[in-house]
Amino acid sequence: MNFDRRELAAALAPGVVLALAAIAGGALLAATLEPADRAALAAMFEPRIALLLLGWLLLSAALGALTRLAYLRWVAAAARLAEQAHVLLATDVQRAIEPEGSVETRALAAVINQLAQQRSALRADIDAQVLEASRGVEQERNRLAALMAELTQSVVVCNLDGRILLYNSRARTQFRSLSSAPTLADGAELIGLGRSIYAVFDRALVAHALESVQQRLQRGAAHPSAQFVTSTRAGQLLRVQMAPVRATESAAGEAHALNGFVLMLENITRDFADESERDRLLHTLSEGSRASLGNLQAAVEMLDYEDVDAAARERFHGVIRDEVRTMSRRIQDLASHTAQTMKTRWPLEDMLGADLVAAACRRIEAQLDCRASAAEVDPALWLKVDSFSLLQALLYLAGRLVDEHGIKLLQLRLVKADARARLDLAWSGPSMSTETVIGWETDPMRIGTETLALTVRDIVERHDGAFWFERERVRHESFFRLLLPLAGAGEQLDAAQFVRSESRPEVYDFDLFRPSEQARELADRRLAELAYTVFDTETTGLEPSAGDEIIQIGATRIVAGKLRREDCFEQLVDPQRDIPAASIPIHGIRPEMVAGAPTIDRVLPAFYAFAQDTVLVAHNAAFDMRFLQLKEASTGVAFDQPVLDTLLLSAVVHPQQDSHRLEAIAERLGVPVLGRHTALGDAMVTAEVFLKLVPLLAAQGIHTLGQAREAAQRTYFARVSY
Amino acid sequence: MTKHVLIADDEPNIVISLEFLMKREGHRVSVARDGDAALEAIRRERPDLVLLDVMMPGKSGFEVCQAVRGDEALAGVKILMLSAKGRDTDLAKGSALGADAYMTKPFSTRELADKVREMLGPAA
Repeated sequence: MNFDRRELAAALAPGVVLALAAIAGGALLAATLEPADRAALAAMFEPRIALLLLGWLLLSAALGALTRLAYLRWVAAAARLAEQAHVLLATDVQRAIEPEGSVETRALAAVINQLAQQRSALRADIDAQVLEASRGVEQERNRLAALMAELTQSVVVCNLDGRILLYNSRARTQFRSLSSAPTLADGAELIGLGRSIYAVFDRALVAHALESVQQRLQRGAAHPSAQFVTSTRAGQLLRVQMAPVRATESAAGEAHALNGFVLMLENITRDFADESERDRLLHTLSEGSRASLGNLQAAVEMLDYEDVDAAARERFHGVIRDEVRTMSRRIQDLASHTAQTMKTRWPLEDMLGADLVAAACRRIEAQLDCRASAAEVDPALWLKVDSFSLLQALLYLAGRLVDEHGIKLLQLRLVKADARARLDLAWSGPSMSTETVIGWETDPMRIGTETLALTVRDIVERHDGAFWFERERVRHESFFRLLLPLAGAGEQLDAAQFVRSESRPEVYDFDLFRPSEQARELADRRLAELAYTVFDTETTGLEPSAGDEIIQIGATRIVAGKLRREDCFEQLVDPQRDIPAASIPIHGIRPEMVAGAPTIDRVLPAFYAFAQDTVLVAHNAAFDMRFLQLKEASTGVAFDQPVLDTLLLSAVVHPQQDSHRLEAIAERLGVPVLGRHTALGDAMVTAEVFLKLVPLLAAQGIHTLGQAREAAQRTYFARVSY
Repeated sequence: MTKHVLIADDEPNIVISLEFLMKREGHRVSVARDGDAALEAIRRERPDLVLLDVMMPGKSGFEVCQAVRGDEALAGVKILMLSAKGRDTDLAKGSALGADAYMTKPFSTRELADKVREMLGPAA
């Protein structure tokens, strides 16, 4: 047991003090007395000295016990508390201090406990943040690595919703050539962080490619990428390669989980024009010449017979002369006439036949009121097909069978026939005539409400295949039969090197993508996470209803809480009317500047595309929106996305201020004002003001878009009612 | 007994030779210039054999072939398809639709004559 010296000292102290006090008092008294008195006093005390000593002992013991108790209660408990607090401070142990001692000491212990708790919570928080941040850094590095590796190609990285998360400058250039309004939005309406890739590519096409990537992943293919070719709205032909971005948390069950994809784009319009032209020449030469040669050969061979009379001989000579002329002309045509539009042959990709059949069955059942099953499928058959268009053809044929003939059960068969695959879409039931169905081959395909430019015949020709309708009377069965090309040995080899290990290329090893927030209503989304198009217009005057027109639109974007200065839209507009001289000092746009600029009916669609899927922000938005809305009828473009007004939001944040002009707010919020009164300059200032307003709104408990609009509306009504 | 051969082709330059050849083989010959006329002539005249070109205006040779094979009454009509389309898929399609033989242009008239003789032979 510990021996506490201070505790002993505390216990002995009263005795010592009493003794010292008695001795000092005695000495003092003795010093003041006469020697006779001193002797008398000594004579009086000496016999009772034992009694005095006993009294002192008893008193010292009692007082010592008291001081010892006091010591233990006030001093020792506090010292122990300090000791325990030191332990907590020096180490990371998670334990509470046992309260003891006086009420005050106990309270102190409780406070220390709370502090310790707070400290560990903070530590955990910091740890989480550090972890998060280092993962973020890792991601950035990997993304960058992926980009560096692919610089010669255009690369776009998207999450599963098709939102663009990353792109390189080459992709940007490429998208510029894809834009249907290249001079206006300069491709910026197509590519930008947070934009949807579906503005460029058909959603179904991307979904289809994703599906085949997923199938490949599930099979464990070494290169689970998919490839497709698509034509864009601007008529360009793009070859797109899609590689998956896999989730990092690859628990055993979700080893194939995707959380995004990388697209590598290649514009092959030129290649294919060239190739198809070569094809056409070859085709003309071979098939066209066959017929002529056939005619020639037959005529020449007839001339060999001896029983040919003069008239017949002359006829055969005539045929020969005629055909020689025809062939010469054909060669000449070929030489002189090389550029001619013709259906392009699209590249075909390797696909496991069973996958195609499974996909077709799934799609038919999903979209039609009918059951579809795979009856007889050769599991080892690899096809060389454009699976997207082929599935469309099957879906279209199935659709007509279901809609027009009430077929309820379809079967798909896929077998090898010589050097080709034979794909049958079969059904049993009432026989229909060949005439009924043969036109289906050449009718433009309709799927649901959508009519495509392609016909089944186009698709069959694209595959260098054949298509026909047959009936089996005995089995009461009818079927459409497609002959399709088989894949070469390449893909089989590739499939043979199945990689089952967890290893994957370093550059794809990043956790890019958060789960989608898409499901949440826009109004419930936080202001800080939305994407905005901040815009401003310059106009000839203030009265759109009195004939004033827009002469300039400028816009920029805010994505993920950052102003994307490079992501901007700036366009002069020909107002098709004069610009009042009085207004020129305000906006600085002189009539000669808008001469030759596009008119509003061309600019608004481009701006609409730029602003797609974002919330609109403007200063005094009602003014700009009125101009836009008046053009709805003539341009066919309706801006129906939510709108936020920085003027009203400023009034929400600073209700006591009397000026909510853009300059005044900018000054209040410390936003430098540069290049004002160009549409883009004002849009930039508005965007910065908006970004400063968001945290101020949050301080007032306004976090979501819905709350912001509500608050803005309240101030608006408050203002107009004055 | 002479056989009846129908030549269905829109190109006069081959028809001249085929007509001469078939007549020389001792067959009665008639000519149709397009798919619809060919089908009509087959229904009307019930030829023993049709030399059927694939690429014709109106109905294509494939369609005529399928229509003939879909008609029980015309089961005896033999069909030899002639085509400048030389791809194996066309061949496969021709035989699937019921053509008895398929020859690709250019062809040797001797082989054609042999083939016709062979096709008409057993019944003669």
